[in-house]
Amino acid sequence: MSTIVPFGPQHPVLPEPIQLCLELEDERVVSVIPVVGYVHRGLEKIAEKKDFIQDTYLIERICGICSFMHSMSYCMGIEELMSIPVPPRALYLRVIWAELHRIHSHLLALGLLADAFGFENLFMQYWKSRERIMDAMECTTGGRVMLSSCCIGGVRRDIDENQKKFVLDQLKEVEKEVTSLNRTMMEDYSVKQRTVGIGVLSKEAAYAQGAVGPTARGSGLVMDHRMSGYAAYRELAIEPVVETAGDCYARTMVRCREVMQSIDLIRRAFAQLPDSELKTPFKGNPSGEAVIRCEQPRGEVLYYFRGNGTDKLERLRVRTPTFANIPAMLTMVQNCQLPDVGVIIISVDPCVSCTER
Amino acid sequence: MTKATAKAPWVVHVNCNSCNGCDIEFLACLTPMYDAERFGVLHIGTPKHADIMVVTGSVNNRNARVLRNLYEQMPSPKVVVAMGVCPATGGIFADGYNVIGGAEKVVPVDVFVPGCPPRPEAMLDGILEGAKILAGKRQNSVTVKPVRRIKIVRPAAPAADPAAAAAAPAPVKEEAK
Repeated sequence: MSTIVPFGPQHPVLPEPIQLCLELEDERVVSVIPVVGYVHRGLEKIAEKKDFIQDTYLIERICGICSFMHSMSYCMGIEELMSIPVPPRALYLRVIWAELHRIHSHLLALGLLADAFGFENLFMQYWKSRERIMDAMECTTGGRVMLSSCCIGGVRRDIDENQKKFVLDQLKEVEKEVTSLNRTMMEDYSVKQRTVGIGVLSKEAAYAQGAVGPTARGSGLVMDHRMSGYAAYRELAIEPVVETAGDCYARTMVRCREVMQSIDLIRRAFAQLPDSELKTPFKGNPSGEAVIRCEQPRGEVLYYFRGNGTDKLERLRVRTPTFANIPAMLTMVQNCQLPDVGVIIISVDPCVSCTER
Repeated sequence: MTKATAKAPWVVHVNCNSCNGCDIEFLACLTPMYDAERFGVLHIGTPKHADIMVVTGSVNNRNARVLRNLYEQMPSPKVVVAMGVCPATGGIFADGYNVIGGAEKVVPVDVFVPGCPPRPEAMLDGILEGAKILAGKRQNSVTVKPVRRIKIVRPAAPAADPAAAAAAPAPVKEEAK
């Protein structure tokens, strides 16, 4: 005798609407059916109606949390279609902003996880540190969430010496604060009770179900698309952060350590920042096909472009990381207890507005 | 309307069709840097305890019903605050094939906060403006603004008989409340 309990679309633990129909036997979850479509905006279709330069700002609004990385992937695709070389300084500035976005996204996810298991103080502290990153982004681009600083052929703004000093000062503070918060996340007894051994995803299952990003790396898969060296990552030598346990704790560890890695990356990028133009001027319209992959905070995003020589793209397809992680998430939730469902879902850090576009 | 309720408005956050930009800025309002709680604003998970509803994102055919349902569950008097341009006009997604438009097509909106996304300070101002309107509403008052009815177009159910299917009109217009 099983019962079906709807989880969502409006649920205190979920910041976004997604419905999971949980089939329960007493308190144990037997199977899960996801119901999506609450945030579907038909964005790929809108992209075909606007011209390809306007699309830069539309694509940025696929998701507010990783907005810069979406616009960066889009610009990389158009640059490949039209063979536009990007100046080296612009590549480094893209890396700096992308890594700032990764830090803010991971701190946000760690805070929400703390909120999901009822540790509200930790949630507040993580979000307090995150405000420093938001200030750094606002100082360098003028926007807190939508940076709009990436454009086709390069970037729109430079980072001058004063701004560089401000960003580095903020990073120093964030490093100090997050190191002590991460100690709570890693060592606290009550936190471990809620995360260790919960929602286990084995390495084989992660591979078979196509998990990406921290979900895959938490299960021991060495998979970080930054290693392929797009933008300026080739000169910045990335060591992927990998944990092997595959439970909520391991995924959290990956995020905690990646925050530190990103801080280090931004410092090295600033140290190596070359002098050059910011933007390559271009003419004409995109034609042909291109596929671009990029590492976002939640994993690898895949863009497919088809242009037909007019100012509007014929087709734009986006496969976002959370979409790839949903089958893995359903596997984790199976056979867990009902009170753990919220923690497991937040430990994957789902971004529903990415998924449904 | 007691004096205390307007000084401590409880807020429920409804994400309709948002890109997350406004949602993370709204959550940032609650955290120590902006600290909405100093105005008595408490973020609450259930609409049954809430006085103010914060809507982010435009409305589509799928979530119009959810938004309407959540609004009806809130006890009266109640105030709706629309955060960002999407719940005002549909914003950048207004061209979408399934987007109905702003939140006002489904629920009566009292305060609009423009921006994409608005700054947390602006969001706090919007909520406090909502609290003022809340104080002015009488207990159990009926909402003054009329609610426009939305039309949801759904494809017809497939008919068993192919001849009947050919004869039947393609979309059936359904009045959704």
